[in-house]
Amino acid sequence: MEVRTKTTERELTIGLRGELDHHSAREVVTAMERAADAALPSSLVMDFGGVTFMDSSGIAVVMRAERRMCALGGSLVLVNVPQQARRVFDAAGISAHVRMEGPPDQA
Amino acid sequence: MKVKPDNYIALEFLSRSANEGFARTATAAFAAQLDPTLDELGDIKTAVSEAVTNAIVHAYPDALGKISLRASIFDGNLLEIVVRDWGCGIADVDRAREPLYTTGGEERSGMGFTIMESFMDSLSVRSRQGKGTVVTMKRRISQRAGRK
Ligand SMILES: Nc1ncnc2c1ncn2[C@@H]1O[C@H](COP(=O)(O)OP(=O)(O)OP(=O)(O)O)[C@@H](O)[C@H]1O
Ligand SMILES: [Mg+2]
Repeated sequence: MEVRTKTTERELTIGLRGELDHHSAREVVTAMERAADAALPSSLVMDFGGVTFMDSSGIAVVMRAERRMCALGGSLVLVNVPQQARRVFDAAGISAHVRMEGPPDQA
Repeated sequence: MKVKPDNYIALEFLSRSANEGFARTATAAFAAQLDPTLDELGDIKTAVSEAVTNAIVHAYPDALGKISLRASIFDGNLLEIVVRDWGCGIADVDRAREPLYTTGGEERSGMGFTIMESFMDSLSVRSRQGKGTVVTMKRRISQRAGRK
């Protein structure tokens, strides 16, 4: 799994590429926590555009991001969520309380 | 009498997380002969990933152990997947199947069984403490027009 982080102003974007499962989740969480510690963002954007597969391990990652942004008093948004990951979020009932948007420029 | 499958594959692997991707991809490649839709294929991969990850994470928490996966086709288009481990077992299966129930701490969400249940037509879990767990999932693949 490839994790790219980018900070502009106080918006942190985390771009994910590859398969998000139990095997790869830890490195995503580590990268996310490190970037959040450095940026103390008021907004966290998780870009799922490159995610080719995701299972419930991804739900735990998103819930962790949500707790983190809640503690920072900021917001979380997931963008470019592919259909397969979207079905997993839907089955887990996550889609109802986490914001999801299309590509940032279309939102 | 036991019904014979039209076709099957059987895999055995060590409970290393690197094998999660292998197990779901191999199952998807086997299921491809049923000409599933992309959604069906995604659902099958996800359900397999959940069952195999459970065996890796929960069945053998402090050790490496054996996991077996059998995928069979019955009756033309019924896909059955059986994931078995010989690990610690589940004390209370009904409770374990409840949404959000987890013994995995904050790295897990407790949604694995819920996802398997919603993505497959049926899910059965048999477990004995200290002996292991057998998860059986079935999904009938749609027969699309235009198929031979
Ligand atoms: N093969 C297994 N061996 C032993 N215990 C298991 C097994 N599978 C599941 N369990 C138990 O059942 C619980 C619920 O499993 P489930 O897959 O629903 O959630 P999870 O694995 O905890 O979290 P998630 O799947 O969302 O990452 C687990 O926390 C664990 O206690
Ligand atoms: Mg699980």
